[in-house]
Amino acid sequence: MPDSTATDRNVPYAIRAYSPDQLIEALRKMYLIRRFEEGAEDSYTRGLIHGTMHLSIGQEASAVGACMSLTDDDKITSTHRGHGHCVAKGADLGKMFAEFFGKETGYCRGRGGSMHIADVEKGNLGANGIVAGGIPIAVGAALSAKRLGTGAVTVCFFGDGANNEGAFHEALNMASIWKLPVVFVCENNRYGMSTSTERSTAVKSIADRAAAYSMPGERVDGNDFSAVTEAVDAAVARARNGDGPSLIENVTYRWRGHSKSDRNRYRTKEEIAEWQERDPIARMAAMLKEHGITDDAAVASIEKDVEQAVEAAIAFAKDSPAPRIEDATRDVYSPKVAA
Amino acid sequence: MNAQAGIEVREISYAQAIREAMDIALSEDERVILMGEDIGVYGGAFQVTGDLVDKYGTDRVMDTPISELGGAGVAVGAAMTGLRPIFEFQFSDFATLAMEQIVNQAAKVRYMLGGAVSVPLVMRFPAGSGTGAAAQHSQSLEAWLGHVPGLKVVQPATPEDAKGLLLAALDDPDPVMIFEHKLLYKMKGQVPSGRYTTPIGKAAVRREGGHVTIVATAIMVHKALDAAKALEDEGIEAEVIDLRTIRPLDGDTVLASVRKTGKLLCVYEAVKTLGIGAEVSAMVAESDAFDFLDAPIVRLGGAESPIPYNPELEKAVVPQVPDIIEAARGLAEGRT
Repeated sequence: MPDSTATDRNVPYAIRAYSPDQLIEALRKMYLIRRFEEGAEDSYTRGLIHGTMHLSIGQEASAVGACMSLTDDDKITSTHRGHGHCVAKGADLGKMFAEFFGKETGYCRGRGGSMHIADVEKGNLGANGIVAGGIPIAVGAALSAKRLGTGAVTVCFFGDGANNEGAFHEALNMASIWKLPVVFVCENNRYGMSTSTERSTAVKSIADRAAAYSMPGERVDGNDFSAVTEAVDAAVARARNGDGPSLIENVTYRWRGHSKSDRNRYRTKEEIAEWQERDPIARMAAMLKEHGITDDAAVASIEKDVEQAVEAAIAFAKDSPAPRIEDATRDVYSPKVAA
Repeated sequence: MNAQAGIEVREISYAQAIREAMDIALSEDERVILMGEDIGVYGGAFQVTGDLVDKYGTDRVMDTPISELGGAGVAVGAAMTGLRPIFEFQFSDFATLAMEQIVNQAAKVRYMLGGAVSVPLVMRFPAGSGTGAAAQHSQSLEAWLGHVPGLKVVQPATPEDAKGLLLAALDDPDPVMIFEHKLLYKMKGQVPSGRYTTPIGKAAVRREGGHVTIVATAIMVHKALDAAKALEDEGIEAEVIDLRTIRPLDGDTVLASVRKTGKLLCVYEAVKTLGIGAEVSAMVAESDAFDFLDAPIVRLGGAESPIPYNPELEKAVVPQVPDIIEAARGLAEGRT
């Protein structure tokens, strides 16, 4: 990361910290997530995907921003709303769509679906169908990194709903007492399914809970890419430096319902429209244009490119073979190791 | 048993045998860590880890906070990313607090991810009644976990198997749950020094006999052997099978015995209904061994009750030697 200087103090952190190429790639990933989610939604509507899915449209700055300073050796744990994290960590869209379509070429060979996509080679230990299920696992990954001396950091994504699970509290406490290299990234999209944080959570800011575990806690505008990277990069550096965990709260909003069964009876159209005004992608594009890093033509080209990438991924998934019925119970256990 | 040649066999306790296995694993493999409540300087609630912390330090013999769910999850995450944790529950009952991580995560991660990752995790559960600790510290919950594909569940009955199965569990790429009956910790037996493994998924015939097959688990193996000895004087020869592993179940050993004796008695401490006895009985009923049965199968299991505190009541709710003698005699004499 380049050093910032006193002269550019008014320039946003992300602009100072990352090269134009990195920033354009980040913007591309945000568009990719948006278009990916729209493609997933469209495929669901056409009956190509069964089950359910949880879309992260509106939360792209959090996913991409939090992964900016990570390498493929660094780990993430994700959530039921995990498509964006997976793309941000560098996943292959074709394999993701193939998983949604239940195909053998999918990340989980069609056994996991939307809620269990992982990409272990890129350090994504997986989405999780259990709220807060990934939080202790992230702490375990950080314990491995510390014991094995790999230098890797784990970023643990979870939603506001998870902050009232016991696993959250137990895991943060252990990460703190053992000073483990983990960054807890709460994506506070204001509702755990239909229940607002005001109704579910005793503290005003989830970041305040960091104090209970003697770690830094910071609440940022989760739709501001630069604010997210500034907070998470500092926490990642702190973790990598051996100074222990941090809790970052990215305040954001999901434009779509909780899942496909959501009738949106707990929030108003006005509220949704108000948050759509704070579109993280439009803000990112505007910031990059303002600083001369991109322009309208380049953005249009990214959008077109992304559109094609998603189309190609869907085509790959459609054309992929289904798993064989006789393999339904394969992978429950590891293959027998020869004695 | 698969042991090295030229090793010494000594008499040590079940707890010492487990400690020896952990000592071997810790000394051989830097990736092995122990996690649990009060397993460090305290030595564990049952003194199983003992003084291992002095030899390996607090980084490898880690006292966890009283956080069973979180602790189990940390162990799962560590196992997924390169460590080989051995996680001790202070009492098996406390696994109820960690069911999410054991059942939803440890057992399923490999499958859910299409085989992309495995979870080489060992968990140890001090189980069973007989210590006067009453209903929340005396349960036998092995069948709960035995019901979950993705887990392997073992119940060593002897010091030799306690060591061999723990080392086998550590060699296994998948999560292995080890249920240790607390009353066995002080039991002594012949245990080879050095490294050896006892195969997971293989039962042991502890005593041969042609009149009745007794399939038992954990401490009930010893009660069944005592019963078999008493029955010998009456001319009844009981074959005693120590199941050792309840998932995966060793059908071959059980079925071969039933084909020979034509009589089956299942003895286990866990609550009788929906337990391992039902599974073994169904396995026989679904196989050709059913044709060899000369009498209805009999199950002896725990009462349909929590474990009571009063010592006489506590004994009354789990099978005892006289119960096994009576049931086996009834089967052998065709009185069931």
